[in-house]
Amino acid sequence: MGSKLGLIIKREYLAKVRNKSFIVMTILSPILIVGMIVLIAYLTKVNDSEKRIVAIFNESGFLEQEFKTNENMSFVQFRDISLEEAKDSTSTKGFYGLLHLPEASNLEETSKLAYLYTKDNPNTQITQQLEGIFQRKLRKDRLGNLGVSSQQFSTIEKPFELNLATFEGEKSVKGITEIKAFIGGAFGYAIMMFIIIYGTFVMRSVIEEKTSRIIEVIISSVKPFQLMLGKIIGTSLAGITQFVIWLISASGLLLLVVLLMGIDFMALVQEVQSTPGAMNGMSQFSSVLGKDSLLYVREIVNIPWLLLISSFLLYFMLGYLIYSSIYAAIGAAVDNETDTQQFVFPVILPLMLAIYVGFFSVFSNPHGPIAVGFSLFPLTSPIVMLMRLPAGIGEGGVPLWQLLLSIVLLVATFLAIVSLAAKIYRVGILMYGKRPTYKELIKWLRY
Amino acid sequence: MDHILVAKDVSKSYGDHKALRNISLEIPENCIYGLLGPNGAGKTTFIRIVNQITYQDSGEVLFKGKPLAPEHIAMIGYLPEERGLYKSMKVGDQALYLAQLKGLSKAEAKKRLKFWFDKLDIGDWWGKKIQELSKGMAQKIQFIVTVLHEPKLLIFDEPFSGFDPINANIIKDEILELKRKGASIIFSTHRMESVEELCEHIALIHKSEKILDGKLADIKKSYKNNIFNVGVQLERDANALLKSLETDFQILSSHFEQNEQQLDFVVKLPTNNTADILAQLSQKANINRFEETIPSANDIFIQTVNDRENGK
Repeated sequence: MGSKLGLIIKREYLAKVRNKSFIVMTILSPILIVGMIVLIAYLTKVNDSEKRIVAIFNESGFLEQEFKTNENMSFVQFRDISLEEAKDSTSTKGFYGLLHLPEASNLEETSKLAYLYTKDNPNTQITQQLEGIFQRKLRKDRLGNLGVSSQQFSTIEKPFELNLATFEGEKSVKGITEIKAFIGGAFGYAIMMFIIIYGTFVMRSVIEEKTSRIIEVIISSVKPFQLMLGKIIGTSLAGITQFVIWLISASGLLLLVVLLMGIDFMALVQEVQSTPGAMNGMSQFSSVLGKDSLLYVREIVNIPWLLLISSFLLYFMLGYLIYSSIYAAIGAAVDNETDTQQFVFPVILPLMLAIYVGFFSVFSNPHGPIAVGFSLFPLTSPIVMLMRLPAGIGEGGVPLWQLLLSIVLLVATFLAIVSLAAKIYRVGILMYGKRPTYKELIKWLRY
Repeated sequence: MDHILVAKDVSKSYGDHKALRNISLEIPENCIYGLLGPNGAGKTTFIRIVNQITYQDSGEVLFKGKPLAPEHIAMIGYLPEERGLYKSMKVGDQALYLAQLKGLSKAEAKKRLKFWFDKLDIGDWWGKKIQELSKGMAQKIQFIVTVLHEPKLLIFDEPFSGFDPINANIIKDEILELKRKGASIIFSTHRMESVEELCEHIALIHKSEKILDGKLADIKKSYKNNIFNVGVQLERDANALLKSLETDFQILSSHFEQNEQQLDFVVKLPTNNTADILAQLSQKANINRFEETIPSANDIFIQTVNDRENGK
């Protein structure tokens, strides 16, 4: 019996690994991903290097020294022409805009009458920067009127940051909760992607056996449960192979690209982290990276990696087995892939929920009631619990009882779902014809 | 006679639908047993129980006197009606895979496959994919896979569907040879023509129940109803002859060929005693044909089913 399971696993594995589209995906994906990263980095660079030139037509004599070229703006000065001429030459020379400071008795008046002329609606960043220049000068001026010297002014302007420490007295840094949740989230996200991709592969493989009508030949030799299990294991081994290949080739490629193109690696990391979806903490992270990077490194090293990776493997295995047996049952229940939609959606729902709940509630409060609830509920726990775990177990982290309870619930659900799915599978693989309803599926459980 | 398979009072329901109702069958060793019945009668359900794909709700199935158990799977070869192969897998690979699932070692499976591929003259298909082969070609592979592990009991569900007449003949000969070599064969079909040639025993299943079983020859004998096909050469008027016969016998149909003075008719006798009619005929005409009509399996099938329907 055992050797039959081995045979099935081997066949499923080879069938998957030898599949042309699988090979193409395996080879192309890392290239695509690295290509995307490179493209993003390149575009960012191009974007940054594009300096906007703003023409200054200053008739007031105020603010003369304040417009200084920075990383995304530079200035040219127009003098002794009319406003209309200034506008004309701004647009003919292709400058970004024209800032007009009319003559007035003081800075307040000039500022009130100042206009920025642009072709289209001006970029927020540009207007903010220009406004900042006015603002600072106005403040200094107003404070000067109140008798504050410019030396005193620079003292006032010194930035302030709150010092952070844990109760144990260790100095801590901003955003570390988010970083931890982000690392956990990456694990959870990997689980979700793996379940959806390889669960669908399992489902397709079941449908293929049904439509090619080989199924009855096979189950006259092996138990349907063996076939289902062999299929799930074989497909996941193929998936793990693919993941490992991706991991190795993507990191190799990335390294190669970094070396060849001399891309500023730190800028790249920041860019990846501040792409949409990242939290506020991330940008804070980037801004303080230079100063406190040692602290961050220490915190990241302090994450309980062994616990995290071993629970990743456990949650991954159980979660994948639960979901892929549901996928197998769906494949058995229908005759073709178009009929699967109705059944697949409720399966993906808890996964999506886990990811979103994870990103929203675990990030803000890793041990709040919602985070706890979803990390115990077996259909979402593989993802949500992993997001909480980087904080460790015990004080300040996940209470041990929660971790154990969540694993117990997961194992119990695993046993229940697999046996139900196996029943539906056993009946479904021999049923052809119309798509069954949920009611019929429940009936099958009793056949 | 020893029985390879005995079913006692086997019943099976799917929800409210009763697929088999108290079926009892005795399938002798080394014979070809026809399991007949219209589509949906319950044949496939019974076969799936024998293959342990599904299980009876009640009753018992004995294989060589012992209740069916997983170790019997390797002694049974099953060619399902719904059959196919992996489309994108190479012929040789999948034949090897299926043979190994039946418990053959890889080396042994390879050896036997080579033998069969040579025998059916398909040796050059080994490296091809199923999707490159025609339906009939794939059926041949399927047949080989079914018989490769030399099962004691072979179950063929509509084995000839999908074959052209030439290949159907090849397969028929192979089935007969397997029987000669000692295999017992269950042959499930709703096509009666093939039954006459192959089966020694039959069972008729209709609406989940067995309505008839036994040796085909015995069944046929019992379904004879003294109907004879007669042909005579006449010198005189055919009508006069028929009229005189009708007083004693029941003429079912007749046809007179004027040019050749040939009268053909079908007559039903009250008993199987043919002396009276022969005596009458021989006085008046020249008998050139006189044969008893033996009902075909098809006739028996239809008659039994109709009797059953009307009787209820």
